Amino acid sequence: MTLLIASFAPPYWLSTLIKVLVISAVVPTTALILGMVFLFKIMSWMQSRLGPQEAGPRGTLQLLADGVKFLQKEDIAPNGADLWVFKVAPLVVLMSTLLLYVALPASMHLVVADLDVGVFFVLAIASLSVIGVLMAGWSSANKYSLMGALRAAGQLIAYELPMVLAVIGVVIQAGTMSLNGIVLAQNNGSIFGWGGIGFPYILTQFLGFFIFIAAVQAELTQPPFDMPVAESEIVSGYQVEYTGFRFLIFFLAEFATAFAFAAIAAVLFLGGWAVPWLPTASDWYYVLGPMVLFAKVMIVSFIIFWVRFTYPRFREDQLQSLAWKVLIPLALVNIVVTAVLKVVL
Amino acid sequence: MFALLVAQNIAFYIIAALMVVGALRVVTCKNLMHAALWLVLVLAGAAAQYILLASEFVAITQVLVYLGAIIVLFLFGIMLTRAKTGTDEDLDNKKSAKFIGGGIAVLLLGLMGYSLIDGFKDTEFGNLMVQRTAQVSDSIFSTYLLPFEVLSILLLAALIGAIVLARRD
Repeated sequence: MTLLIASFAPPYWLSTLIKVLVISAVVPTTALILGMVFLFKIMSWMQSRLGPQEAGPRGTLQLLADGVKFLQKEDIAPNGADLWVFKVAPLVVLMSTLLLYVALPASMHLVVADLDVGVFFVLAIASLSVIGVLMAGWSSANKYSLMGALRAAGQLIAYELPMVLAVIGVVIQAGTMSLNGIVLAQNNGSIFGWGGIGFPYILTQFLGFFIFIAAVQAELTQPPFDMPVAESEIVSGYQVEYTGFRFLIFFLAEFATAFAFAAIAAVLFLGGWAVPWLPTASDWYYVLGPMVLFAKVMIVSFIIFWVRFTYPRFREDQLQSLAWKVLIPLALVNIVVTAVLKVVL
Repeated sequence: MFALLVAQNIAFYIIAALMVVGALRVVTCKNLMHAALWLVLVLAGAAAQYILLASEFVAITQVLVYLGAIIVLFLFGIMLTRAKTGTDEDLDNKKSAKFIGGGIAVLLLGLMGYSLIDGFKDTEFGNLMVQRTAQVSDSIFSTYLLPFEVLSILLLAALIGAIVLARRD
Protein backbone atom coordinates (compact mmCIF):
# COMPACT_ATOMS: atom_id res chain seq x y z
CA MET A 1 0.00 0.00 0.00
CA THR A 2 2.57 2.56 1.08
CA LEU A 3 5.06 1.34 -1.51
CA LEU A 4 2.43 1.78 -4.18
CA ILE A 5 1.98 5.41 -3.21
CA ALA A 6 5.74 5.90 -3.05
CA SER A 7 6.26 4.65 -6.59
CA PHE A 8 3.53 6.85 -8.08
CA ALA A 9 5.32 9.35 -10.37
CA PRO A 10 2.87 11.15 -12.68
CA PRO A 11 3.92 13.45 -15.53
CA TYR A 12 4.31 17.17 -14.84
CA TRP A 13 0.87 18.30 -16.05
CA LEU A 14 -0.93 15.56 -14.09
CA SER A 15 0.95 16.22 -10.86
CA THR A 16 0.24 19.95 -11.22
CA LEU A 17 -3.46 19.24 -11.76
CA ILE A 18 -3.57 16.92 -8.74
CA LYS A 19 -1.80 19.53 -6.59
CA VAL A 20 -4.24 22.28 -7.60
CA LEU A 21 -7.25 20.03 -6.92
CA VAL A 22 -5.88 18.86 -3.57
CA ILE A 23 -5.13 22.40 -2.39
CA SER A 24 -8.55 23.69 -3.45
CA ALA A 25 -10.17 20.81 -1.55
CA VAL A 26 -7.93 21.02 1.52
CA VAL A 27 -8.32 24.76 2.16
CA PRO A 28 -12.13 24.81 2.68
CA THR A 29 -11.97 21.50 4.56
CA THR A 30 -9.46 22.82 7.09
CA ALA A 31 -11.58 25.94 7.56
CA LEU A 32 -14.64 23.76 8.15
CA ILE A 33 -12.84 21.54 10.65
CA LEU A 34 -11.48 24.46 12.68
CA GLY A 35 -14.83 26.25 12.57
CA MET A 36 -16.76 23.18 13.60
CA VAL A 37 -14.43 21.90 16.32
CA PHE A 38 -13.29 25.18 17.85
CA LEU A 39 -15.69 27.97 16.93
CA PHE A 40 -18.78 25.91 17.77
CA LYS A 41 -17.91 23.02 20.06
CA ILE A 42 -14.89 24.11 22.11
CA MET A 43 -16.10 27.72 22.36
CA SER A 44 -19.50 26.73 23.73
CA TRP A 45 -17.82 24.25 26.07
CA MET A 46 -15.48 26.95 27.42
CA GLN A 47 -18.35 29.38 27.84
CA SER A 48 -20.64 26.81 29.54
CA ARG A 49 -23.37 26.71 26.91
CA LEU A 50 -24.70 24.11 24.50
CA GLY A 51 -23.77 25.59 21.13
CA PRO A 52 -25.48 24.46 17.92
CA GLN A 53 -27.46 21.23 18.43
CA GLU A 54 -29.97 20.92 15.60
CA ALA A 55 -28.17 20.46 12.25
CA GLY A 56 -26.84 16.92 11.94
CA PRO A 57 -25.73 14.66 14.81
CA ARG A 58 -25.00 16.91 17.83
CA GLY A 59 -24.99 19.95 15.55
CA THR A 60 -21.84 18.96 13.65
CA LEU A 61 -23.26 20.02 10.27
CA GLN A 62 -24.15 23.54 11.44
CA LEU A 63 -21.28 25.16 9.56
CA LEU A 64 -22.27 23.45 6.28
CA ALA A 65 -25.81 24.74 6.77
CA ASP A 66 -24.40 28.22 7.40
CA GLY A 67 -22.29 27.95 4.26
CA VAL A 68 -25.32 27.05 2.14
CA LYS A 69 -27.20 29.94 3.72
CA PHE A 70 -24.41 32.36 2.76
CA LEU A 71 -24.40 31.07 -0.82
CA GLN A 72 -28.15 31.68 -1.14
CA LYS A 73 -27.94 35.30 -0.02
CA GLU A 74 -28.15 38.19 -2.45
CA ASP A 75 -24.83 39.65 -3.60
CA ILE A 76 -25.14 43.28 -2.44
CA ALA A 77 -22.63 46.09 -2.94
CA PRO A 78 -23.08 49.55 -1.37
CA ASN A 79 -24.16 52.41 -3.62
CA GLY A 80 -20.97 54.49 -3.36
CA ALA A 81 -18.65 51.49 -3.50
CA ASP A 82 -15.79 51.15 -5.93
CA LEU A 83 -17.30 48.00 -7.46
CA TRP A 84 -14.27 46.46 -9.06
CA VAL A 85 -11.99 46.77 -6.05
CA PHE A 86 -14.87 45.78 -3.75
CA LYS A 87 -15.36 42.51 -5.58
CA VAL A 88 -11.70 41.59 -5.97
CA ALA A 89 -10.70 42.29 -2.34
CA PRO A 90 -11.95 38.98 -0.79
CA LEU A 91 -10.23 37.07 -3.59
CA VAL A 92 -6.89 38.74 -2.79
CA VAL A 93 -7.23 37.60 0.82
CA LEU A 94 -8.17 34.07 -0.27
CA MET A 95 -5.27 33.94 -2.75
CA SER A 96 -2.78 34.71 0.00
CA THR A 97 -4.27 31.85 2.03
CA LEU A 98 -4.09 29.41 -0.90
CA LEU A 99 -0.45 30.32 -1.52
CA LEU A 100 0.38 29.61 2.15
CA TYR A 101 -0.53 25.96 1.61
CA VAL A 102 1.90 25.64 -1.28
CA ALA A 103 4.95 25.35 0.96
CA LEU A 104 3.46 23.30 3.80
CA PRO A 105 4.95 19.78 3.94
CA ALA A 106 2.59 16.97 5.00
CA SER A 107 5.44 14.49 4.62
CA MET A 108 8.82 14.39 2.86
CA HIS A 109 7.23 14.30 -0.61
CA LEU A 110 3.62 15.29 0.10
CA VAL A 111 4.23 18.97 -0.52
CA VAL A 112 3.22 21.14 -3.46
CA ALA A 113 6.62 22.79 -3.79
CA ASP A 114 9.50 21.81 -1.53
CA LEU A 115 11.11 25.23 -1.51
CA ASP A 116 14.67 25.87 -0.42
CA VAL A 117 13.49 28.87 1.55
CA GLY A 118 10.07 27.62 2.67
CA VAL A 119 9.94 29.64 5.89
CA PHE A 120 10.85 32.85 4.08
CA PHE A 121 8.23 32.19 1.39
CA VAL A 122 5.50 31.57 3.97
CA LEU A 123 6.28 34.77 5.87
CA ALA A 124 6.36 36.81 2.65
CA ILE A 125 3.05 35.40 1.41
CA ALA A 126 1.36 35.89 4.78
CA SER A 127 1.94 39.63 4.46
CA LEU A 128 -0.08 39.81 1.22
CA SER A 129 -3.51 39.51 2.83
CA VAL A 130 -3.19 43.06 4.20
CA ILE A 131 -3.53 44.39 0.66
CA GLY A 132 -6.89 42.65 0.34
CA VAL A 133 -8.04 43.98 3.71
CA LEU A 134 -7.05 47.55 2.77
CA MET A 135 -8.83 47.18 -0.60
CA ALA A 136 -11.97 45.93 1.13
CA GLY A 137 -11.98 48.70 3.71
CA TRP A 138 -11.41 51.51 1.24
CA SER A 139 -13.73 50.36 -1.55
CA SER A 140 -16.74 49.90 0.75
CA ALA A 141 -17.08 53.72 0.99
CA ASN A 142 -17.98 53.42 4.65
CA LYS A 143 -16.19 55.16 7.49
CA TYR A 144 -16.29 52.12 9.77
CA SER A 145 -14.78 50.02 7.00
CA LEU A 146 -12.03 52.57 6.44
CA MET A 147 -11.18 52.74 10.13
CA GLY A 148 -11.20 48.96 10.37
CA ALA A 149 -8.81 48.69 7.42
CA LEU A 150 -6.48 51.32 8.89
CA ARG A 151 -6.41 49.45 12.20
CA ALA A 152 -5.80 46.17 10.39
CA ALA A 153 -2.90 47.62 8.41
CA GLY A 154 -1.26 49.16 11.48
CA GLN A 155 -1.67 45.91 13.38
CA LEU A 156 -0.42 43.62 10.65
CA ILE A 157 2.65 45.77 9.96
CA ALA A 158 3.47 45.86 13.67
CA TYR A 159 3.12 42.10 14.21
CA GLU A 160 4.88 40.95 11.08
CA LEU A 161 8.21 41.94 12.61
CA PRO A 162 8.03 39.86 15.82
CA MET A 163 6.76 36.94 13.71
CA VAL A 164 9.74 37.04 11.34
CA LEU A 165 12.17 37.61 14.20
CA ALA A 166 10.73 34.73 16.24
CA VAL A 167 11.23 32.35 13.33
CA ILE A 168 14.89 33.37 12.90
CA GLY A 169 15.80 31.60 16.16
CA VAL A 170 14.52 28.31 14.72
CA VAL A 171 16.28 28.92 11.42
CA ILE A 172 19.59 29.54 13.22
CA GLN A 173 19.21 26.37 15.24
CA ALA A 174 18.21 24.18 12.30
CA GLY A 175 20.72 25.75 9.94
CA THR A 176 18.22 25.73 7.09
CA MET A 177 15.20 27.67 5.86
CA SER A 178 13.57 24.67 4.19
CA LEU A 179 10.49 23.49 6.11
CA ASN A 180 11.34 19.85 5.40
CA GLY A 181 14.90 20.51 6.51
CA ILE A 182 13.63 21.90 9.82
CA VAL A 183 11.45 18.81 10.34
CA LEU A 184 14.40 16.50 9.65
CA ALA A 185 16.71 18.49 11.94
CA GLN A 186 14.26 18.17 14.82
CA ASN A 187 13.48 14.47 14.42
CA ASN A 188 17.04 13.31 13.75
CA GLY A 189 18.44 15.48 16.53
CA SER A 190 19.15 14.41 20.08
CA ILE A 191 19.23 16.08 23.49
CA PHE A 192 22.75 15.58 24.91
CA GLY A 193 23.02 12.30 23.05
CA TRP A 194 19.55 11.05 24.05
CA GLY A 195 17.36 10.75 20.97
CA GLY A 196 14.21 9.50 22.71
CA ILE A 197 11.96 12.32 21.57
CA GLY A 198 14.21 13.80 18.89
CA PHE A 199 14.79 17.48 19.56
CA PRO A 200 11.60 19.52 19.13
CA TYR A 201 12.59 23.17 19.08
CA ILE A 202 9.85 24.18 21.48
CA LEU A 203 12.25 23.07 24.23
CA THR A 204 14.92 25.63 23.36
CA GLN A 205 12.82 28.13 21.43
CA PHE A 206 9.95 28.39 23.87
CA LEU A 207 10.22 32.19 23.82
CA GLY A 208 10.12 32.09 20.02
CA PHE A 209 7.03 29.86 20.14
CA PHE A 210 5.28 32.25 22.50
CA ILE A 211 6.10 35.29 20.34
CA PHE A 212 5.11 33.43 17.17
CA ILE A 213 1.72 32.42 18.58
CA ALA A 214 1.05 35.96 19.84
CA ALA A 215 1.93 37.38 16.42
CA VAL A 216 -0.23 34.78 14.68
CA GLN A 217 -3.13 35.79 16.89
CA ALA A 218 -2.65 39.40 15.80
CA GLU A 219 -2.19 38.51 12.12
CA LEU A 220 -5.47 36.61 12.20
CA THR A 221 -7.16 39.66 13.80
CA GLN A 222 -8.62 37.39 16.46
CA PRO A 223 -9.41 38.39 20.05
CA PRO A 224 -7.60 39.74 22.03
CA PHE A 225 -6.27 41.54 18.93
CA ASP A 226 -9.56 41.96 17.05
CA MET A 227 -9.70 45.78 16.88
CA PRO A 228 -9.96 45.75 13.05
CA VAL A 229 -13.31 43.95 13.25
CA ALA A 230 -14.33 45.06 16.77
CA GLU A 231 -18.09 44.77 16.47
CA SER A 232 -18.83 46.86 19.55
CA GLU A 233 -16.70 49.82 18.38
CA ILE A 234 -16.66 49.88 14.58
CA VAL A 235 -19.45 47.36 13.88
CA SER A 236 -17.40 44.87 11.86
CA GLY A 237 -14.58 46.93 10.44
CA TYR A 238 -13.61 46.19 6.87
CA GLN A 239 -16.14 43.33 6.59
CA VAL A 240 -19.20 45.43 7.40
CA GLU A 241 -20.47 45.85 3.82
CA TYR A 242 -19.87 42.26 2.72
CA THR A 243 -22.68 39.73 2.56
CA GLY A 244 -23.34 36.33 1.05
CA PHE A 245 -20.50 34.43 -0.55
CA ARG A 246 -18.07 37.37 -0.39
CA PHE A 247 -18.35 37.33 3.39
CA LEU A 248 -18.04 33.55 3.25
CA ILE A 249 -14.71 33.95 1.44
CA PHE A 250 -13.39 36.20 4.23
CA PHE A 251 -14.55 33.65 6.78
CA LEU A 252 -12.98 30.72 4.91
CA ALA A 253 -9.72 32.62 4.46
CA GLU A 254 -9.54 33.51 8.15
CA PHE A 255 -9.96 29.94 9.37
CA ALA A 256 -7.85 28.36 6.65
CA THR A 257 -5.09 30.85 7.48
CA ALA A 258 -5.42 29.92 11.16
CA PHE A 259 -4.92 26.28 10.17
CA ALA A 260 -1.94 27.13 7.96
CA PHE A 261 -0.26 29.17 10.70
CA ALA A 262 -0.89 26.41 13.22
CA ALA A 263 0.71 23.98 10.76
CA ILE A 264 3.72 26.27 10.35
CA ALA A 265 4.07 26.51 14.14
CA ALA A 266 3.81 22.70 14.34
CA VAL A 267 6.54 22.33 11.71
CA LEU A 268 8.84 24.92 13.27
CA PHE A 269 8.48 24.02 16.93
CA LEU A 270 6.87 20.58 17.33
CA GLY A 271 8.63 18.47 14.72
CA GLY A 272 6.10 18.70 11.88
CA TRP A 273 4.94 15.55 10.11
CA ALA A 274 7.35 13.13 11.77
CA VAL A 275 7.42 11.24 15.07
CA PRO A 276 10.84 10.51 16.58
CA TRP A 277 10.24 6.74 16.94
CA LEU A 278 9.96 6.13 13.20
CA PRO A 279 12.94 7.01 10.97
CA THR A 280 12.16 10.01 8.75
CA ALA A 281 13.03 8.05 5.59
CA SER A 282 10.24 5.50 6.24
CA ASP A 283 7.62 5.06 3.52
CA TRP A 284 4.93 4.95 6.21
CA TYR A 285 5.02 8.75 6.31
CA TYR A 286 3.08 8.90 3.04
CA VAL A 287 0.07 7.89 5.15
CA LEU A 288 1.18 8.77 8.68
CA GLY A 289 2.71 12.18 7.88
CA PRO A 290 -0.56 14.05 7.25
CA MET A 291 -2.14 12.44 10.34
CA VAL A 292 0.76 13.35 12.63
CA LEU A 293 0.80 16.90 11.27
CA PHE A 294 -2.96 17.16 11.71
CA ALA A 295 -2.74 16.05 15.34
CA LYS A 296 -0.03 18.64 16.06
CA VAL A 297 -2.00 21.32 14.22
CA MET A 298 -4.98 20.58 16.43
CA ILE A 299 -2.84 21.04 19.57
CA VAL A 300 -1.53 24.43 18.35
CA SER A 301 -5.00 25.51 17.16
CA PHE A 302 -6.36 24.67 20.59
CA ILE A 303 -3.92 27.16 22.17
CA ILE A 304 -4.78 29.81 19.56
CA PHE A 305 -8.54 29.44 20.00
CA TRP A 306 -8.30 29.04 23.77
CA VAL A 307 -6.80 32.52 23.95
CA ARG A 308 -9.35 33.76 21.42
CA PHE A 309 -12.33 32.63 23.47
CA THR A 310 -11.13 33.70 26.90
CA TYR A 311 -9.37 37.07 26.65
CA PRO A 312 -11.06 40.48 26.29
CA ARG A 313 -9.96 42.92 23.59
CA PHE A 314 -6.86 45.11 24.01
CA ARG A 315 -6.94 48.85 23.42
CA GLU A 316 -5.34 50.09 20.18
CA ASP A 317 -2.35 51.72 21.95
CA GLN A 318 -1.81 48.66 24.16
CA LEU A 319 -1.66 46.57 21.00
CA GLN A 320 1.05 48.72 19.43
CA SER A 321 3.15 49.00 22.58
CA LEU A 322 2.96 45.23 23.13
CA ALA A 323 4.41 44.65 19.68
CA TRP A 324 7.10 47.32 19.65
CA LYS A 325 8.11 47.45 23.32
CA VAL A 326 7.75 43.83 24.42
CA LEU A 327 7.63 41.28 21.61
CA ILE A 328 10.25 42.75 19.25
CA PRO A 329 12.93 43.33 21.95
CA LEU A 330 12.27 39.84 23.34
CA ALA A 331 12.60 38.34 19.86
CA LEU A 332 15.90 40.20 19.31
CA VAL A 333 17.26 38.91 22.64
CA ASN A 334 16.16 35.42 21.61
CA ILE A 335 18.08 35.71 18.32
CA VAL A 336 21.26 36.92 20.06
CA VAL A 337 21.15 34.16 22.70
CA THR A 338 20.41 31.48 20.10
CA ALA A 339 23.23 32.66 17.83
CA VAL A 340 25.74 32.76 20.71
CA LEU A 341 24.74 29.29 21.94
CA LYS A 342 24.85 27.91 18.40
CA VAL A 343 28.46 29.03 18.05
CA VAL A 344 29.54 28.05 21.59
CA LEU A 345 27.88 24.61 21.84
CA MET B 1 15.77 22.11 -22.56
CA PHE B 2 14.16 23.54 -25.71
CA ALA B 3 10.58 22.97 -24.45
CA LEU B 4 11.47 24.67 -21.17
CA LEU B 5 12.88 27.67 -23.02
CA VAL B 6 9.72 28.05 -25.10
CA ALA B 7 7.49 27.88 -22.03
CA GLN B 8 9.73 30.39 -20.26
CA ASN B 9 9.59 32.80 -23.18
CA ILE B 10 5.79 32.60 -23.43
CA ALA B 11 5.43 33.21 -19.69
CA PHE B 12 7.90 36.10 -19.91
CA TYR B 13 5.95 37.88 -22.65
CA ILE B 14 2.57 37.42 -20.92
CA ILE B 15 3.89 38.75 -17.62
CA ALA B 16 5.79 41.56 -19.35
CA ALA B 17 2.66 42.66 -21.21
CA LEU B 18 0.69 42.71 -17.95
CA MET B 19 3.46 44.74 -16.31
CA VAL B 20 3.49 47.30 -19.14
CA VAL B 21 -0.29 47.71 -18.98
CA GLY B 22 -0.12 48.05 -15.21
CA ALA B 23 2.70 50.58 -15.36
CA LEU B 24 0.81 52.71 -17.90
CA ARG B 25 -2.32 52.61 -15.75
CA VAL B 26 -0.30 53.71 -12.68
CA VAL B 27 0.55 57.02 -14.34
CA THR B 28 -2.68 57.57 -16.30
CA CYS B 29 -5.53 56.61 -13.98
CA LYS B 30 -7.33 59.38 -12.12
CA ASN B 31 -7.71 57.76 -8.73
CA LEU B 32 -4.81 57.59 -6.31
CA MET B 33 -5.90 54.27 -4.76
CA HIS B 34 -6.30 52.68 -8.19
CA ALA B 35 -2.83 53.88 -9.16
CA ALA B 36 -1.38 52.20 -6.05
CA LEU B 37 -3.28 48.98 -6.82
CA TRP B 38 -2.01 48.92 -10.41
CA LEU B 39 1.47 49.31 -8.93
CA VAL B 40 0.81 46.04 -7.05
CA LEU B 41 0.40 44.33 -10.43
CA VAL B 42 3.69 45.75 -11.72
CA LEU B 43 5.67 44.75 -8.62
CA ALA B 44 4.10 41.26 -8.52
CA GLY B 45 5.03 40.89 -12.21
CA ALA B 46 8.63 41.76 -11.36
CA ALA B 47 8.60 39.03 -8.68
CA ALA B 48 7.23 36.55 -11.23
CA GLN B 49 10.01 37.47 -13.67
CA TYR B 50 12.63 36.81 -10.98
CA ILE B 51 11.13 33.34 -10.51
CA LEU B 52 11.40 32.74 -14.27
CA LEU B 53 15.07 33.69 -13.96
CA ALA B 54 15.44 31.00 -11.24
CA SER B 55 16.41 33.41 -8.48
CA GLU B 56 13.87 32.55 -5.84
CA PHE B 57 15.49 34.53 -3.02
CA VAL B 58 15.22 37.82 -4.90
CA ALA B 59 11.63 36.99 -5.91
CA ILE B 60 10.50 36.28 -2.35
CA THR B 61 12.33 39.36 -1.06
CA GLN B 62 10.51 41.40 -3.70
CA VAL B 63 7.18 40.08 -2.41
CA LEU B 64 8.05 40.61 1.26
CA VAL B 65 9.54 44.09 0.90
CA TYR B 66 7.60 45.70 -1.94
CA LEU B 67 4.17 44.03 -1.81
CA GLY B 68 4.06 43.26 1.89
CA ALA B 69 5.56 46.45 3.26
CA ILE B 70 5.99 49.33 0.81
CA ILE B 71 2.64 49.00 -0.98
CA VAL B 72 0.89 48.57 2.35
CA LEU B 73 2.53 51.78 3.58
CA PHE B 74 1.45 53.54 0.36
CA LEU B 75 -2.16 52.41 0.79
CA PHE B 76 -2.04 53.25 4.49
CA GLY B 77 -0.75 56.76 3.75
CA ILE B 78 -3.31 57.39 0.99
CA MET B 79 -6.16 56.17 3.18
CA LEU B 80 -5.07 58.40 6.06
CA THR B 81 -4.93 61.51 3.87
CA ARG B 82 -7.10 61.59 0.71
CA ALA B 83 -9.02 58.37 0.29
CA LYS B 84 -12.00 59.38 -1.80
CA THR B 85 -13.63 56.98 -4.22
CA GLY B 86 -14.40 58.04 -7.80
CA THR B 87 -12.13 60.03 -10.10
CA ASP B 88 -10.03 62.99 -9.02
CA GLU B 89 -9.55 65.57 -11.79
CA ASP B 90 -6.66 67.53 -10.21
CA LEU B 91 -4.64 64.34 -10.12
CA ASP B 92 -2.62 65.36 -13.18
CA ASN B 93 0.57 67.14 -14.10
CA LYS B 94 1.19 70.23 -16.24
CA LYS B 95 1.87 69.68 -19.93
CA SER B 96 5.57 70.61 -19.63
CA ALA B 97 6.03 68.15 -16.78
CA LYS B 98 4.42 65.40 -18.89
CA PHE B 99 6.86 66.03 -21.73
CA ILE B 100 9.88 66.00 -19.42
CA GLY B 101 8.67 62.81 -17.77
CA GLY B 102 8.05 61.13 -21.13
CA GLY B 103 11.49 62.20 -22.36
CA ILE B 104 13.20 60.75 -19.30
CA ALA B 105 11.25 57.51 -19.75
CA VAL B 106 12.38 57.16 -23.39
CA LEU B 107 15.98 57.95 -22.43
CA LEU B 108 15.94 55.33 -19.65
CA LEU B 109 14.42 52.75 -22.01
CA GLY B 110 17.18 53.35 -24.55
CA LEU B 111 19.97 53.31 -21.97
CA MET B 112 18.81 50.17 -20.14
CA GLY B 113 17.89 48.38 -23.36
CA TYR B 114 21.34 49.07 -24.79
CA SER B 115 23.18 48.01 -21.64
CA LEU B 116 21.14 44.80 -21.35
CA ILE B 117 21.67 43.81 -24.98
CA ASP B 118 25.32 44.77 -24.79
CA GLY B 119 25.84 42.99 -21.46
CA PHE B 120 24.19 39.65 -22.18
CA LYS B 121 24.62 39.32 -25.99
CA ASP B 122 23.71 35.71 -26.87
CA THR B 123 23.33 34.26 -23.35
CA GLU B 124 20.17 32.17 -23.16
CA PHE B 125 17.85 31.54 -20.24
CA GLY B 126 18.55 27.82 -20.18
CA ASN B 127 22.25 28.36 -19.64
CA LEU B 128 21.71 30.24 -16.39
CA MET B 129 21.97 28.10 -13.28
CA VAL B 130 19.32 28.01 -10.57
CA GLN B 131 20.60 30.34 -7.87
CA ARG B 132 20.31 28.70 -4.46
CA THR B 133 19.73 30.94 -1.47
CA ALA B 134 22.63 29.29 0.34
CA GLN B 135 24.95 30.44 -2.46
CA VAL B 136 23.64 33.99 -2.18
CA SER B 137 24.23 34.10 1.57
CA ASP B 138 27.66 32.46 1.21
CA SER B 139 28.81 35.13 -1.22
CA ILE B 140 27.28 37.96 0.84
CA PHE B 141 29.05 36.84 4.01
CA SER B 142 32.40 36.08 2.40
CA THR B 143 33.24 37.94 -0.82
CA TYR B 144 30.94 40.92 -0.27
CA LEU B 145 31.14 41.11 3.53
CA LEU B 146 32.54 44.66 3.69
CA PRO B 147 30.00 46.27 1.30
CA PHE B 148 27.23 44.41 3.13
CA GLU B 149 28.31 45.75 6.52
CA VAL B 150 28.72 49.27 5.14
CA LEU B 151 25.20 49.10 3.71
CA SER B 152 23.86 47.88 7.05
CA ILE B 153 25.46 50.84 8.84
CA LEU B 154 24.00 53.19 6.22
CA LEU B 155 20.51 51.78 6.70
CA LEU B 156 20.88 51.95 10.48
CA ALA B 157 21.94 55.59 10.22
CA ALA B 158 18.92 56.34 8.01
CA LEU B 159 16.65 54.60 10.53
CA ILE B 160 18.02 56.59 13.47
CA GLY B 161 17.83 59.77 11.39
CA ALA B 162 14.17 59.15 10.61
CA ILE B 163 13.38 58.63 14.29
CA VAL B 164 15.27 61.82 15.27
CA LEU B 165 13.41 63.84 12.63
CA ALA B 166 10.02 62.42 13.62
CA ARG B 167 10.40 62.93 17.36
CA ARG B 168 9.13 66.25 18.68
CA ASP B 169 10.91 66.37 22.05
